[in-house]
Formats: sequence, structure tokens, C-alpha cells
Amino acid sequence: MKPDTPALFTETALVRRKYRQETVAKWVFFVMAAAMIIPLLLIVGYLMVKAAPSLTLGFLLDVPVRGMTEGGIWPAFVGTIYLVFISLAISAPIGILAAVYLNEYARDNWFNRVINLAVINLAGVPSIVHALFGLGAFVYAARFGYSILSASLTLAIMTLPVIVASTREALASVPRSFREACWNVGATRWQTIRAVVLPNSISGILTGVILQVSRAAGETAPIMFTGAVFYKAIEKGDLFAYGLHEQCMALSMHLYTISTQVPGVKESIPYATAVVLLGSVLLVNAAAIALRVYMRSRTKW
Amino acid sequence: MTRPKHVEVRDLRLAYGTKEVIHGITFDIHRHEILGVIGPAQSGKTSLLRCLNRTIDFTPEAHVSGIVKVDGEEVRRTRDVYGLRRKIGMVAPLPVGLPISIYDNVAFAPRCAGMSRKADLDAIVEQCLRQAALWEEVKDRLSSLGTKLSGGQQQRLTIARALSHQPEILCLDEFSIAIDPVTTMRIEDVLKELRSHMTVILVTNLTQQARRLADRTMFLWNGDIIELDSNAVIFSDTPKDRRTHDYVNGIFG
Repeated sequence: MKPDTPALFTETALVRRKYRQETVAKWVFFVMAAAMIIPLLLIVGYLMVKAAPSLTLGFLLDVPVRGMTEGGIWPAFVGTIYLVFISLAISAPIGILAAVYLNEYARDNWFNRVINLAVINLAGVPSIVHALFGLGAFVYAARFGYSILSASLTLAIMTLPVIVASTREALASVPRSFREACWNVGATRWQTIRAVVLPNSISGILTGVILQVSRAAGETAPIMFTGAVFYKAIEKGDLFAYGLHEQCMALSMHLYTISTQVPGVKESIPYATAVVLLGSVLLVNAAAIALRVYMRSRTKW
Repeated sequence: MTRPKHVEVRDLRLAYGTKEVIHGITFDIHRHEILGVIGPAQSGKTSLLRCLNRTIDFTPEAHVSGIVKVDGEEVRRTRDVYGLRRKIGMVAPLPVGLPISIYDNVAFAPRCAGMSRKADLDAIVEQCLRQAALWEEVKDRLSSLGTKLSGGQQQRLTIARALSHQPEILCLDEFSIAIDPVTTMRIEDVLKELRSHMTVILVTNLTQQARRLADRTMFLWNGDIIELDSNAVIFSDTPKDRRTHDYVNGIFG
């Protein structure tokens, strides 16, 4: 080696600067990412501390008493379950089937572009506007009245575009080469979808649907206008308390009323209600993650 | 030598959007011959195959004109495009094991065609896997996933799948680029056996492969046929076109 060429791995000023920048960059990104945990921990911690005196199984199963200043939250809890399940039972099939059409069949023509545009814009509509629409369309025009049905339909329309989007994403993650291999042997599009596309995107599709549970459970405005009620007397622990044409209580709405509308509520009750709402949503999200992990472990390519 | 025509192509043009990639080519493929198709990248070889089985339909911006006849039937007018595709076996450059069991990979096409009796399916699966020289390696694990096989095995699985709908024409599109030389030679042996009852279109980057296997070879370049003749001419020192000679001998840039 000639004496004036530096050895290959010597540490020059340039190399040192490069390493320094790399270290700084890594830490900046890491700190920002780690900061994501802080709000969640603070919220959960604060709520738990404040809610502690009321957090018992009895609180969940009891009905509110003494003008909602004491007692439990069972009617609201059951109402939320009703709203979430009925709304997703409506929006999931429609959204998934629509997404299959858009992703697997639709050609790039003006009509399908209109559909795409509609999906995107529907996703951007504020929930209070959905609420007004639900009030006009379902409560009055369709004569469903203030009812679980009206509220669920409104929530369904609100969750629909997101389900379409997440389902399309799941479908698009199946490699095109799989589809081409099927087409090459004379399979129709439907045979291809059934044999290869759906089985390999179902985990992503379900995850997308389940994540909409938290949205449907948390929204207040759409149900306040269409079917959620201030107070409704039902039996303690009764799971089949409501009919489709009745109004119901809901956790999000209940939280709003006892926090702002009812004087003299025991201080820990609103916090405990929030814990139940948050806990249910986190539980459902955890289930979605578990499902995804389980399905991923059976990944086939 | 006039042999029955299996595929007739007349003035075939193909454009993607405004860019024409095949400029009106005309040729015939005889029944039970192996036709080699050679040519550099972007010369329209894969697009040509996709015109034959009409999977070009899945590319919305593609415009096809001209006539392609398979067994005397014009493919763009056929009523049964799925039947047409079953008549043509297609093997893509990269092996694609479908994420279903090995058995289902091969049984998929017959099932799509409406076959459901277990005994029939069993027979086809075994026959096709044997033809693709894969049976001995997988016969004890037919229920494991096609995607878990090695690359070379997956390519043979792809070939088995292409044979599973009992095609009359087998198109191989650069089948050897993702597999090792030993497997390549095994598949080439398979092709030599298939030629007795099947027409084979062998698209390849390896001119020597066309020389080894094909009866006639077509040199396609930039969407035009430069030369199509028997291997004796194409790979001689004096093909009709100077460019064929240069390409075959690796002089061509």
C-alpha cells in the first residue's frame, strides 16, 4: 500500500461527524416515538385514580339511582353494546362487499371514480353532520323515530367509508401474482376471490372492522340526535333490555349528562364511567391485535 | 413441410395507452412443435403470450388489434374466455405457489372447471405432479402449503398447475430465471416428453435453451419479428438476418 493512501477503516473527521449525526437522529426519532406512550399513561392513570372509589363489578351491573347521582351504569353499557353491534352488523357486510367490488372488479371509469370520491368524502363528513342527516333521514323521513334502529343506521353510515378503506387496503396487500396465477388457469374473478384473495386478507378486513367498534362506541353526537336518551329504566343486569324501536342509554351520552347536566353526582362516578368506556374500547382493540397476531402466525407466504 | 396450424397470428398489434409495443406481427405455430421465442427485454414477448390467453384483458390500458386464432377460433371473439385459458397453460417467470395446499394448487383449475369427484381430482393431481417431476418430492406432504416449497419446487408446482387443466398449448415465460441449473435441466427433460402431445411456446432469455429445445425459433425485437425459422437456420452461421446472428452470438448490444 502506498503510504499516502489512508487505511480503509481509519476514523476521519468525516466518519466521526457521520456517526454523531446518526446518533442524534436516532435519539430524536426515538424520543418522539416514546412520547406517544405518555398521554395514554396519563389519561389512564388519572382516570383510574379518580374512579377508584366507584370501580366495582356492582357499578357495571347496577342501574343509576337517586336521579343518576348514585348507582351504576348498566343501562348505558348495554345500550352501547346494542348500538355498536347493530351498526357494525349493517356497515360491515355492505362495506366489505363494496370494497371487494371496488378493488377486484371495478375498472377505471367515471362511475367508479364517482364511487371512490363518495367514499373519501363520506369519511370526511363531521359526525355532527351525520347526526343531522340521521335525524332527517331515519327519525323523520323513514319514520323510525328516536330509536336504536335510527341511531345504529346513523352510526353505520359513519363507519362505512372507513370499513371500505381498510378492507380495500387488506385486499390490495394480496400480491397480484396470486390473482394472475388463478386467471391463467381459467378461474373467474369470483373463483379467484373465494379461493385466494379473501382467505388471505380476512385478518386485515376483520381488524379494520373491529377498530370501528371504538369509533361507534365513542361517538356522542350521532346518537344524541337519533336515539340515545337521558335516562331509561331497565332491570339491573338485564342483557335484553331494549327493543329495536325503543330509545336507549349509551355510555358516551351518559358520561356527558352526568358530567354536565346532573347536579350532585358522586365525584368518582363520571370517572368510573369513562374507565368503563375506555376499558371496553381498549379490550376490543386488544382483541383485534390478538386476532391479527394469530392470523399472521398462520401467514401463508 | 406443412403441418397443421395450432395458433395463427395475423397483423397483431398491441399498445399500452399510446405506446405501441407489438407492431403488427404475423406468424403461425404448428401443432405439437416447440416454438422458441427469443429477444431482449421490452421486445413484447410476455405481452404476446398475454394476447394468446387474453389475460391482456386485465390490463385496462391495453389495446389489441389484429387476429389471433387458437384451433381456428378467434380468441377475441370467443364466447368462453375461461375455456380458452384452460386450453392454454401459462407458466410465469417467477414461481407462484398459491397460499393453499399443494394438492389444492393443482386441483384448483379442475375444480374451477366444475370437476368435483375426489378420485378424478386425485388422479389429475398425481399425473400433473409426475409430469412436472415433483411427485416424488411432495407425495407425502400434499396438504402442506404450496408457498412453503423451495423456489425450484414452486416453479415445478406452477408447471403442474399449468398442466392441470390439460391444455393443448403450454406457454413458458422465462421459466428458468428464478431456479437453479439442475432443476432447469429436469424441467427441460419434462418439456421434451410433453412435445409428443402438446404445443409448447418457450419464451426465453437463454438463446441456448431455445437452441436445445425448440423446433423453430422466433427472434422478436422491439415488437417486430426479425426472423422466424427452423433452429437449423436461426442458429447457423448464416441466418437470413444479420441481427439474428448477432443476437444469438451475443454481439448485439
